[in-house]
Amino acid sequence: MVTNMQKVTLQTASSTAPDYTDIAIQLNDVGVWYGTNHAVESVSLDIYRNQITAIIGPSGCGKSTLLRCINRMNDLIPGTRVDGEILYHGVNIYQNGIDPVTIRRRIGMVFQKPNPFPKSIYDNVAFGPRVNRIKGNMDEIVEKALRQAALWEEVKDKLKQSGMALSGGQQQRLCIARAIAVEPDVILMDEPASALDPIATLKIEELMQELKQLYTIVIVTHNMQQAARVSDMTAFMSIDRSRREDRIGVLVEFDETKKIFTMPTQQETEDYISGRFG
Amino acid sequence: MANSHTPDLSLAAAPEARRRQIMGRFFAVLLLFCTLFGLVMLGVLLVQIGNSGTPYLVQIVKPGYSVDNIFEDHTDLHIGSTTIAINTGLLTNYHSRTPAKAGLKSALVGTLIVMALVALFTFPLGVGAAIYLEEYAPPNAITNFIKLNIYNLAGVPSIVYGMLGLAVFGRAFGLLEPDSAFVKTFHLNIHQSGIHQFNILGLPFQFPFGRSLMAGGLTMTLLVLPIVIISAREALRAVPGSIREAAYGLGATRWEVTSQQVVPVAMPGILTGMILALSRAMGESAPLLVMGAFIYVPFLPKNLWDQFTVLPLQIYNWISLPKPEFRQGLAGAGIMILLAVLLLMNGIAIYLRNRFEKKW
Repeated sequence: MVTNMQKVTLQTASSTAPDYTDIAIQLNDVGVWYGTNHAVESVSLDIYRNQITAIIGPSGCGKSTLLRCINRMNDLIPGTRVDGEILYHGVNIYQNGIDPVTIRRRIGMVFQKPNPFPKSIYDNVAFGPRVNRIKGNMDEIVEKALRQAALWEEVKDKLKQSGMALSGGQQQRLCIARAIAVEPDVILMDEPASALDPIATLKIEELMQELKQLYTIVIVTHNMQQAARVSDMTAFMSIDRSRREDRIGVLVEFDETKKIFTMPTQQETEDYISGRFG
Repeated sequence: MANSHTPDLSLAAAPEARRRQIMGRFFAVLLLFCTLFGLVMLGVLLVQIGNSGTPYLVQIVKPGYSVDNIFEDHTDLHIGSTTIAINTGLLTNYHSRTPAKAGLKSALVGTLIVMALVALFTFPLGVGAAIYLEEYAPPNAITNFIKLNIYNLAGVPSIVYGMLGLAVFGRAFGLLEPDSAFVKTFHLNIHQSGIHQFNILGLPFQFPFGRSLMAGGLTMTLLVLPIVIISAREALRAVPGSIREAAYGLGATRWEVTSQQVVPVAMPGILTGMILALSRAMGESAPLLVMGAFIYVPFLPKNLWDQFTVLPLQIYNWISLPKPEFRQGLAGAGIMILLAVLLLMNGIAIYLRNRFEKKW
């Protein structure tokens, strides 16, 4: 375990500076309202391809809200409004004529609590490819996704069993397999390990390092060590200090992870990562 | 250690603890009484009905005796020297003025057909409405108004549905009756009964539906539809939102999320609501009586446009006759048959529901 963690840390440290021309998603001045409640204000950041971008910050600062805007999951909550623009390979996903269903096929999501469908392991993975009419041998698609999610060896003999019968860590890897079965471009992860034990967490983190070869990953996490271990870029969000009672989430600092954790430019970031608040 | 607080370590019951214990036991007994009240009453009812009805269903005839002539058409089972005579005439005969020959054949068939129609109409309409209200309807004042009024409809007395059924399905608001303004204005050539019969693709059809099985089935559908909608909505609402999110997150459309993930999870609950609704419909007599269903039907329906009667109406008929053989014996036997059909139907539905649940 220790060696694994060291390996991950080393990888992070030795990762080359991101290629700034290769941007998957660009957030320009993004604000989010729930009804009249201003949840997030004026966030601008770039998400680079095949990198892991972590969003950290104290509870209630709008990390998950912001994440859920990137694949328009917030559309499902009535009264949600997003302003500014979110460009996916240069196209604003909030412009007229863009179908959120297409967005979500390209930008998949893994949730905080493992949420497999109450169906077999096989059907859990096959659901996405089926609804998206992905061509090919379904058995092969399912096997490939389960292999990529490092779950195949554990479940290959019980594909017909319920996904709900797996352990929490296995369920979350099943959810990751389900997400990658539709061959997305970007995977959004909303605190994917917060409901898991340390060993299962480590497995998910190792998996993310594998997956970033193929996918762009954005992860929201409460766990600063996790952000430091797995991510290439880190965005630190917090509640706007000048209007504390309004609880508006803002982006404080966005930079390479090693810079955020070693020499942040903002006092608030330093306070947070050194454990002085949050 | 400098703390001056010394906790009381004695385990002897404090005086008020005893009183609290007694209060707890008192409420436990009270709640048990509430539970048993209804059950005891049901038990009394079943015993009473069984007492008066059983002799009209089966007789155990000891060796050397013959079957009592309270029923004529019977099938005999011989176990050793004892004979068990079963009143099969009850199921195979129509109503008769002679109690020994009376049966409820047309009522049993009528009930089964009406129930099949109600199930056929109610399931798609009720589940469809529930899916719309839970998964599609925008959360606004109009939706809330509709939801509130479905609750109101569930509380409307059944006899009102009978009048509604008569006006809408039975008579189509009298639109085609000879003296209606519509018929007079357009000089339509209409049968005196006000019912227009014709064929569609070689199948008989009529409008309005009159006193037919179709009119009865639709009237009962109106009666139980609110119950089905409400229970199906509850079942859909109980499906965790995380399942919807997961499916949407994979690029599924609202229809795919609803039909492939949400409805299958809710199906056992939806079926439970259907069972309750059909049980309610099966026992109802008032709406069909108002709608114009017949009490004495000495034939089986040839098609859905024929006249019919149902078990509760046949029982009602027997109870209102002066002879005690009808009032007590046959009515009791009829109620036992009704309960048996009800339990059989519920049993099948529960079996189907459990199979649904076991699928994953």
